[in-house]
Amino acid sequence: MGAFFHRHRGATPYLLLAPGILWLAIFFLIPLAFLAYQSLQSGSFPNFEFTWQFSNFSDGIRDYHEQFLRSFMYAGIATLACLLLAYPLVYWIAFRAGPWRNLFLLAIIAPFFVTYLVRTIAWLNILADQGPVVSILRDLHILGTDGRLLATTFAVVAGITYNFLPFMALPIYVSLEQIDPRLLEAAKDLYASPTQAFVRVTLPLSAPGIVAGTLLTFIPAAGDFINAALLGTPQQSMIGNVIQAKFLETLDYPSAAALSFLLMGSILVALLVYAKIVGSERLTG
Amino acid sequence: MSTVTASAPRSRPGWGARTWAFVKRHSLTVYAFLVVAYLMLPIAVVIMFSFNAPAGRFNYVWEGFTFDNWKNWNSVLGIQEAVVRSLEIGFLATIVATALGTLIAMAIVRHRFMGRGTTNLLVFLPMSTPEIVLGASLLTLFLNTTSVFQLGFVTIFIAHVMFIVSFIVVTVKARLIGFDRHLEEAAMDLGANELTTFRKVTLPLLAPAMLAAALLGFALSIDDFVITYFNGGSVSQTFPVFVWGIARVSVPPQVNVVASAIFIVAIAIALANVVWEYRSARRTRSAG
Repeated sequence: MGAFFHRHRGATPYLLLAPGILWLAIFFLIPLAFLAYQSLQSGSFPNFEFTWQFSNFSDGIRDYHEQFLRSFMYAGIATLACLLLAYPLVYWIAFRAGPWRNLFLLAIIAPFFVTYLVRTIAWLNILADQGPVVSILRDLHILGTDGRLLATTFAVVAGITYNFLPFMALPIYVSLEQIDPRLLEAAKDLYASPTQAFVRVTLPLSAPGIVAGTLLTFIPAAGDFINAALLGTPQQSMIGNVIQAKFLETLDYPSAAALSFLLMGSILVALLVYAKIVGSERLTG
Repeated sequence: MSTVTASAPRSRPGWGARTWAFVKRHSLTVYAFLVVAYLMLPIAVVIMFSFNAPAGRFNYVWEGFTFDNWKNWNSVLGIQEAVVRSLEIGFLATIVATALGTLIAMAIVRHRFMGRGTTNLLVFLPMSTPEIVLGASLLTLFLNTTSVFQLGFVTIFIAHVMFIVSFIVVTVKARLIGFDRHLEEAAMDLGANELTTFRKVTLPLLAPAMLAAALLGFALSIDDFVITYFNGGSVSQTFPVFVWGIARVSVPPQVNVVASAIFIVAIAIALANVVWEYRSARRTRSAG
């Protein structure tokens, strides 16, 4: 076998790649082709025919633009909330937590160890009408006497924020941790105030982490349907809920496939806009 | 980094100013602890309600403390099968994905070959595709090839390997980059052939990275809902799919018990890792 590798040196990487890449090709790429094929079919379950039915796409936009917009709005707000919650936390962990760093990092990823659905259901307990949060807010007259948190936009966005916060926190932490402390000392020696040092040194150096965190948070958030299904009502329904229902309940595969592509496409457009704003070299690292 | 906040010496200010200075100096710490509390809150709720004795069908309001749910964790119809299936798929998918992913990582890090960029892209794409699209596209493949694939255990396994592989590649790749190739060269100079070198040098050095990747893969697998829900059919349920089904009726405290147990095991492994890293860091420091 060693001799074989010696004689076919050029083949080695391909032999290493073959099994994994084949798996990804067959069960990731080819399914995308099937999805495209399905999205251009017409008819009703189980008799679908391939007919270049582009109206699946135009109908999708016409009927569900509201859900698309809502998904992107919720994902956008949740991403921003994640950034505001995560940045100070990981800044503190990176620069102030000392020997406790790893323990606090563990606290950030701890929610991942509780099954996604179960931790979302926990928010049902916390935000329940009979729960402590609602009763405090009612006593403070922030909520009306029959005001609710569950089944509202707030609950859905809060659920998304909670579930994807670690995706925002970890990349920012990595970029903060890599900052050379001598740069901050230099800034101080050059009479920068702490605020100036932060704005001119720390923040720009952590930008790659912010960009990565934004992507890692926004993309899954835009496609999420669990938070809207568990914490919201049909009024908070996102595009993921529509795709899920069409695939698994009404069995309208062509329309569901077209909507999946529209979701992917619109995420891509959002990424391109984002890349334009932050600069493309930052996006690809 | 205390230099950032070090404040200039002050003449004795009033208590109002002192309090304000204290809040200002510690506001970041307070904020950090509040966010940590926010992160911990639902976890605490999950564990707490696993000990609840709900009066009715709904486990939303605290009624009283009991160990019964833990003793009779499998008294809910279907929960035990779901947990067992989650563990089976988790183990199988993790083993296969770790093998496939490690090989890809080795090829990418240690070889220059045509199509390297494409390979990187193919590995990156599944991670940046929304789960619902991954699940939906794989479902259309299975629905269009029903003569080969029936939705169930096998299709869940296939789906899990597919979405875990990329994470394995990334994790192993990160460790491989800092890998000292001189050790392998030394083994070869001492007469070991490539296979022996791989078995005796490369694999032991890779083992920690593979273990870390496998733990991540396992965690991703047993937590996955969306992709499994799309590709599991109606017969095979993993634990998350079971929870989804029962959430439409009412969630029994046994669900909290299983989730708490998974959490406790995972956190114990992670804590052991933190302690181990801390101690080995101390050892290196005192040795250096």
